[in-house]
Amino acid sequence: MKKFNPYLSSSLMVIVLLMVWEFGARAYNKSFILPSPAEIAFTLWELRSVLFLKHLPPTFLVIAIGLAISVIIGAGLAIWMNASKTAEKTFYPIIIASQTIPIIALAPIFVLWFGYTIWSKVAVTVLITFFPITVSAFDGLRSSNKDLKELMLTMGASKKDIFFKLDIPSSLPSFFSGLKVAVTLSVIGAAIGEWLGAQAGLGYFSRRMMTQFDGAGVFAPIVLLSAVGIALFLLITLIEKTLLKWRKAA
Amino acid sequence: MNNPALEFRSVSFQYLSEKKKVNAPILTDVHFTVNNGEFISIIGPSGAGKSTIFRLVTGLEQPSAGLILLNGKQVKNRLGLVGYMPQQDLLMPWRTILENAMLPLEIKGIKQDQAEEEVLTLLKDFGLEGTENSHPGDLSGGMRQRVSFLRTILSGSNVLLLDEPFSALDAITRLTMQEWLLQQWRNLKKTILFITHDVEEALFLSDRIFVMSENRISIHKVKVPLGRPRSIRDLSHPEVVRLKEDLIDQLRPRVES
Repeated sequence: MKKFNPYLSSSLMVIVLLMVWEFGARAYNKSFILPSPAEIAFTLWELRSVLFLKHLPPTFLVIAIGLAISVIIGAGLAIWMNASKTAEKTFYPIIIASQTIPIIALAPIFVLWFGYTIWSKVAVTVLITFFPITVSAFDGLRSSNKDLKELMLTMGASKKDIFFKLDIPSSLPSFFSGLKVAVTLSVIGAAIGEWLGAQAGLGYFSRRMMTQFDGAGVFAPIVLLSAVGIALFLLITLIEKTLLKWRKAA
Repeated sequence: MNNPALEFRSVSFQYLSEKKKVNAPILTDVHFTVNNGEFISIIGPSGAGKSTIFRLVTGLEQPSAGLILLNGKQVKNRLGLVGYMPQQDLLMPWRTILENAMLPLEIKGIKQDQAEEEVLTLLKDFGLEGTENSHPGDLSGGMRQRVSFLRTILSGSNVLLLDEPFSALDAITRLTMQEWLLQQWRNLKKTILFITHDVEEALFLSDRIFVMSENRISIHKVKVPLGRPRSIRDLSHPEVVRLKEDLIDQLRPRVES
């Protein structure tokens, strides 16, 4: 049996789709509505310095700050809920309910509160990403083996021992799953935030191009945003693989 | 050293439900003494309270009445004073064998390099040399149980409680592990309490057998009529065979006709 590259079939699919798109767009021939992939690639190349140097850094900063805040708030809440039944009963329903609020519709209010500063975009990113992080970290902490906890108690372990030597390591696999969901969402959060009000950023640039009926100009920053999302996802996967080496063996 | 390693004086135990309603007692007025260096097996049907005795000895539970004496002294907080080996190996999958075995030493706050040295020496004695950097997932069931036993020993206490440690192993591995355990017990001079369902295992390993009955009335103490060292062939001795049949009769639930 021949060994196939694991990404071969998905790569082929993407190429086929791009070709269909390319021919379809050429046949339709209204590039301000439906630019072809080749046009988008060309625009991306043409605008490379503006996109990479002017608009990528602010978007990236929003994503980084937003994720950092989400991880701190999410992990903190998860630890608190795991330690106290009262905290769990108080916060867990609220956290779930918060996800039924249409955050995108709420985003304009952040512009009112924070103005066109970076914080209105960070707020959207945090709101959209803290949920998967909190829930996955909480589930991870809860999943720690109760028998193992009792065994540690018979060894004379303190609460601190159990937290650091058992709860934290047990929660990591689940935490990383949540983090992977969160990084892909963070890109969306940052883009939405920038649509509503910004002076720079990939989301802002994409929207500005829309007002100028530049179809390829709308798509080029989106391609870049997606690339940022994929890169972050791969980075998290890499960290996960390094930290959780034992999972391969098990 | 003349004090018994473990003594139960009219110990009773029952779980209290949330509304302070008293549940049916699990143990009532239990008495027994375990001498230093003795190997005791506890057999009995499921639900007879074998595991409860272990939970009481380790200090995970406190008796509702009566006294528990460790090495002649009554100790209220027994957590950390008795070595406990659970039924599943309960090794942490994210830790290497070395790190797993070091856990009790870490909890005691012993310095890293000193703990490492102690574990490495023991790994060698236990025939686990070279596995220190593997993860539990790489080891066979028998090897994992040996690591788990090693970790129990490193708790440093003279009383070890083993809760059906070999029940998940296949018959051949189990026999090897039983012989291995006897050898370790001789070398280490520890006191062992061993829960099992298997009458033959109890006869082969122990000095005395505590038989717990389903109705929880009393613990029946039986002396095993075998010297040491013993081999698995000694179990076919007529006296032992009679005792074995007698024990199985005691354990079998009586079906009323």
